[in-house]
Amino acid sequence: MPDGTGTQFVRLAGLKRYFDVSAPWLVRTIEGRPRQIVQAVDGIDIEIAKGETFSLVGESGCGKSTVARLVVGLYPPTDGTIEFDGNDMAARHSRSDMAALRRRMQMIFQDPYASLNPRWRVFDIIAEPIRAFGLSKGKADLQKRVEDLLRQVKLTPADGRKFPHEFSGGQRQRVSIARALASQPEFLVCDEPTSALDVSVQAQILNLMVDLQRRFGLTYLFISHNLAVVYHISTRVGVMYLGRLVEVAPTETLFTRPKHPYTRMLLDTIPDLDMTGRQRSPVAGEVPSPINPPSGCTFHPRCPFAQDRCKAERPIAISIEGGTVACHAIEEGRLPVEERTYVANS
Amino acid sequence: MASQTNNPPLLEVKNLRVEFPTRRGTLLAVDDVSFDIAPGEVLGVVGESGAGKSLTGNAIIGLLEPPGRIAGGEIRLEGRRIDNLPYEEMRKIRGARIGAIFQDPLTSLNPLYSVGRQLVETIQTHLPLSAAEARTRALDLLKEVGIPGAESRIDHYPHQFSGGMRQRVVIALALCAGPRLIVADEPTTALDVSIQAQIIALLKRLCREHGTAVMLVTHDMGVIAETADRVAVMYAGRIAEIGPVRDVVKHAKHPYTKGLMGSIPSLGVRTERLTQIDGAMPRLTEIPTGCAFNPRCTERGQRCLVERPDLMAAGTSRAACWLHDRGGVGAPIVKEMVDA
Ligand SMILES: Nc1ncnc2c1ncn2[C@@H]1O[C@H](COP(=O)(O)OP(=O)(O)OP(=O)(O)O)[C@@H](O)[C@H]1O
Ligand SMILES: Nc1ncnc2c1ncn2[C@@H]1O[C@H](COP(=O)(O)OP(=O)(O)OP(=O)(O)O)[C@@H](O)[C@H]1O
Ligand code: SF4
Ligand code: SF4
Ligand SMILES: [Mg+2]
Ligand SMILES: [Mg+2]
Repeated sequence: MPDGTGTQFVRLAGLKRYFDVSAPWLVRTIEGRPRQIVQAVDGIDIEIAKGETFSLVGESGCGKSTVARLVVGLYPPTDGTIEFDGNDMAARHSRSDMAALRRRMQMIFQDPYASLNPRWRVFDIIAEPIRAFGLSKGKADLQKRVEDLLRQVKLTPADGRKFPHEFSGGQRQRVSIARALASQPEFLVCDEPTSALDVSVQAQILNLMVDLQRRFGLTYLFISHNLAVVYHISTRVGVMYLGRLVEVAPTETLFTRPKHPYTRMLLDTIPDLDMTGRQRSPVAGEVPSPINPPSGCTFHPRCPFAQDRCKAERPIAISIEGGTVACHAIEEGRLPVEERTYVANS
Repeated sequence: MASQTNNPPLLEVKNLRVEFPTRRGTLLAVDDVSFDIAPGEVLGVVGESGAGKSLTGNAIIGLLEPPGRIAGGEIRLEGRRIDNLPYEEMRKIRGARIGAIFQDPLTSLNPLYSVGRQLVETIQTHLPLSAAEARTRALDLLKEVGIPGAESRIDHYPHQFSGGMRQRVVIALALCAGPRLIVADEPTTALDVSIQAQIIALLKRLCREHGTAVMLVTHDMGVIAETADRVAVMYAGRIAEIGPVRDVVKHAKHPYTKGLMGSIPSLGVRTERLTQIDGAMPRLTEIPTGCAFNPRCTERGQRCLVERPDLMAAGTSRAACWLHDRGGVGAPIVKEMVDA
């Protein structure tokens, strides 16, 4: 169980990723347009213990998927370090060491369409990592492993003969989950793994993830827009806003004693299943563009508690109730913690 | 609203069948599906992954991927039959009178063109506007769907947008020509809750102000509860239950709907495991005789194994389940059957 000391399995420190989205140089020069840089991830520190499920939440475009892609090495960071089980991923590793490290971390993508090769049969899609990492003892064993994986995600061995386009959206997502599990990873980065699934298959997949975690001690970095799902599956939750982490807390604490003003607003947007007629309040104010983020605390234009200091000074994370919060109002003690309760769906 | 009974429904679907000829035989993926949508009404469509929701939507907009084809039934838009139109004619209707929002934003966006160019082209195909006017409309649409800094992002390419932002661009594309019917397939799954709330408010406003009808396919019961007037629940190619949203969500009549509603994770109680319906929906090639849900149903009786239930009155809803027939489900099943 995570205890926050010593044995950190995954460590992100000062992680940054900027994208240059400027028009081509010539167009820029002729039309006098400035360079445009998106600060997608702007200095993030996260430590994840072995066997833990750490979730990232936040508005669309706040940089969650970019963090996920940085962690599994799909983008190089602009700055900062990523450590996996004590190995600095940016350090020079021999080819085989790198392959071994890569095998131990896998990613399930937000978009099950783009991530499956349309020309391969499902069997080969799932068998590929098993073959690539030499994990099977011969043909019969490979067959058996793929069939087991298909069954684990509630597909049938006969589905192995089909192509991705013959499946519905949710079925395809299960294929990509089976492929991610094929190399027997220890760390899974799951970017919206269940948002394409109906709630009954979602329940099966989430239960499966919990079972696998218990059996094999898997560690998850989990990204979802569905706060009820996050509440259910996470050990700890990190809230992102415009490329920065504004609050991290154990799940129960985050939902029942939210501290950062943005976290509170986010919790207000949870849809109401009871149809009490309560109007959901969309987070007030326009989402600022990550190209020209506001100064100081980037949340200040939308924050009801903003003061002059918030516009000038970027708040640093302070420890509080087993988590961290980056907010001047909390640090200055002028914003009391809010208590929230929830009524379970009947 | 749904009560405008004198008007013909905006969309009528009658006995729709969609099939796929394959080497392993013909698959019946949508089996005898019927429903209407009134002007200004939102019909939510939910159900098991693979149940045929997207295929039903694609059949309506005339975009079934071959070899899939409509094998029976009819589809009418404002009283006019549209399921048998030539491709060109249907293409015009699709842009102008029906707006389509797909589950997968990448299939609707061309990676080689900037977002602004795609919007301007679509607008100009359907509306008599100059390039400058079309660009202004494109910008307005991007703002309406909540793209931050729309002016500076309009010339960017799809890959430079986050997943949720791409989806909002697709929604803007569907709204270009001011359609009468919107078929939205998972329009908000890639969106976070606050953008979701914004998009839903936008869809509802279109319904209210312009009498636009919406077929909303989604897995998100929160979105259904807030947006839909009525809900259809699909299972194995058929409608298992259809009725007013409150009745379906709160007082489900079909055992599958009950299981579905029970699987929704809830804030406030953190359980070890979520409630799930055991087993999986049958393959299209292995639909059992009788009720398609019977291998997973805890309430089934002998009759469920042999006779297929059609939709029948169940309170204010209609459900395809023998529990709501006077004859009942038949004798109890003693021997445990092997599950699929
Ligand atoms: N390859 C890229 N090139 C340019 N900009 C990018 C690229 N990838 C992401 N961005 C930008 O970085 C920001 C963060 O994007 P990211 O995909 O990480 O967001 P997200 O939090 O996952 O959002 P969503 O919930 O919508 O998936 C966005 O403004 C996006 O436009
Ligand atoms: N090209 C195809 N060939 C064969 N079968 C297909 C094809 N396209 C879809 N199907 C089958 O038709 C069924 C219905 O698919 P559809 O995409 O409508 O499901 P859905 O209800 O939208 O599911 P989801 O919620 O997962 O998107 C599925 O069982 C799928 O496997
Ligand atoms: S630092 Fe200031 S602006 Fe930022 S969240 Fe706290 S109170 Fe609001
Ligand atoms: S008809 Fe029978 S098997 Fe089908 S849902 Fe009703 S009770 Fe269950
Ligand atoms: Mg994302
Ligand atoms: Mg679908």
